[in-house]
Amino acid sequence: MSTVLEVQNLTTHYSTLRGWVRAAENVSFTVAKGQALGIAGESGCGKTTVALSILKILPQGGRIRKGKILFEGLDLVPLSDESMRKVRWKGIAIVFQGAMNAFNPVYKIGDQIIEAIQIHESDVDKQAALERARSLLELVGVEPDRVDNYPHEFSGGMRQRALIAMALAANPKLLIADEPGTALDVIVQAQTLKLLRDLKDKLGLAMVMISHDLSIIAETCEKVAIMYAGHIVEYGDADAIFKEPLHPYTQGLVKAFPTIHGEKVRLASIPGQPPDLLNPPPACRFNPRCPFVMDVCKKIDPPLQKVGSGEHYVACHLY
Amino acid sequence: MSEENGEFVVRVENLKKHFPLRKGFFETLVTRQDITVKAVDGISFGVRKGEIVGLAGESGSGKTTTGRLLLRLTKPTEGSIFFDGKDIAKLGDSELRSLRRDMQIVFQDPFESLDPRMSIKEIVAEPVRVQKVAKNEEEVEERVKEALRDVELVPPEEFMMRFPHELSGGQRQRVAFARAFILGPKFVVADEPVSMLDVSIRAEILNLMIDLVQKKGVSVVFITHDLAVSKHVCDRVAVMYLGKVMETASSAKLIDLPLHPYTQALIAAVPVPDPNYRRSAVISGEIPSPVNPPAGCRFHTRCPFAHQRCISEEPPLVEVEKEHFVACHLYT
Repeated sequence: MSTVLEVQNLTTHYSTLRGWVRAAENVSFTVAKGQALGIAGESGCGKTTVALSILKILPQGGRIRKGKILFEGLDLVPLSDESMRKVRWKGIAIVFQGAMNAFNPVYKIGDQIIEAIQIHESDVDKQAALERARSLLELVGVEPDRVDNYPHEFSGGMRQRALIAMALAANPKLLIADEPGTALDVIVQAQTLKLLRDLKDKLGLAMVMISHDLSIIAETCEKVAIMYAGHIVEYGDADAIFKEPLHPYTQGLVKAFPTIHGEKVRLASIPGQPPDLLNPPPACRFNPRCPFVMDVCKKIDPPLQKVGSGEHYVACHLY
Repeated sequence: MSEENGEFVVRVENLKKHFPLRKGFFETLVTRQDITVKAVDGISFGVRKGEIVGLAGESGSGKTTTGRLLLRLTKPTEGSIFFDGKDIAKLGDSELRSLRRDMQIVFQDPFESLDPRMSIKEIVAEPVRVQKVAKNEEEVEERVKEALRDVELVPPEEFMMRFPHELSGGQRQRVAFARAFILGPKFVVADEPVSMLDVSIRAEILNLMIDLVQKKGVSVVFITHDLAVSKHVCDRVAVMYLGKVMETASSAKLIDLPLHPYTQALIAAVPVPDPNYRRSAVISGEIPSPVNPPAGCRFHTRCPFAHQRCISEEPPLVEVEKEHFVACHLYT
């Protein structure tokens, strides 16, 4: 399988009046063609920062301070805005969370998709762009004739589909989906995720899916990266990680999910809260909440190390 | 419904809430009929003492409106709400005020439900002051401390002078629970109290709620869209769809042996953290508009088992086995 995206030691900080917020540090992963990587973690763990860094659309104050983002072999970090523009949408597209508000309410859905196509491919005329918009809608399971509808005439699930269609407008190689299922009801969410999975297989897309919901990631992704406080704490094949979560944080996160199958139980939580990233705890950032904390955890930051036979890496002194 | 297992603290009968839609000028000329959104359209159920009853359903099913009706935060269009045996559906604001002591609410978003300009002490003390139940300032403070201890914000002195922005989401929701429980209510509506919180702290807030309910013998209506959570938290669950209750049963029974096709679809759609698990073929489409709900059974447009009768005739909610009610023609 050919690697589409390779992120090496990505470190992104936000500058604030009180200092640098260390949102993502030494994040490394790879995504191949036709493969989906899920980045899971709680809010504030840096998962969205990673996504925004890949596209270099960080909000004001955000800066990539270290690392490489190799997209098809090309490092995006030193690229100028002008060259970056050519990568966005045609190379890497993103579907943001909150499909409800992502469309402009006063333009027709079709026109918004056409605009996206024509901005990125100036040689396409209006008629050809309209044809493509129609086939894109069909691809995501929306009646092609609804190009003439306004966003308010679409239901929530259809808007999410149309947004995915729009992201695919310029045939990207890599699709980033930021919390694609979060604002949706379970039934619509299941439909949307099935669509993403089918599209990935059909178009051979590489995908990075960001979610706080482990079950969504388990369902859609072959690879998983678990993030905590800006670090990847566990990384590898979804099968290996869900079968045997090794990092105490991953274990806690899995346990914190109520399962619908099985007996009624008292839910387990991870005591404490995620740390303040202006002032993260020394060494292993999970040490204040870890049930297995040892002295070494407060002194030395554990590196990501390979464990077991498959692709499975964990950053923990226990192993 | 039967009342064998103890008295209902809250019981509603044929409760309806229709919101009128504003019409354009032209429409008022050509259409006679008022257009209404039938948010809640004839539901009956009850909550016993010390019981947590879940209201589950997709967005637009009317669960939040039901919660607001139960507390009389909004006036029902039709039907009765019995609280402590007394019908409160038509009471006026001044009569309701004294009842508010016994009924409280915890909102979904702890980032918006707490006034950012008030200290935690003032937020938690507000119900005590409004209801004038404390004799003096010392008593107010004593009660605030006790309420904060109940929600495990200890030591309370450390939290009282802080402001909401200094607390984490989980701590804020604890404050919301302290405010709801400080007057010792008999009935609390918890409207998606953990959906805005991070996964790792949801469990501790839910466990706190369960403990408070057991300790104080409060009755709770727990509004949720997450059936997996309701299984572990609720004693009984009612599944709503387009303003109607489709099925109610004990939480274990409803989730392990659901009868209504809608409940079955909802449960099949719940994701499971296992890469080898695939959600089974889910039903298509989305919840229709409550302005013009489908005739007959409201679910027939999406139901895989729909037949002629479902289109013409609305199924009543019937007890198919003890404490298990279903509104579906497959069982009548």
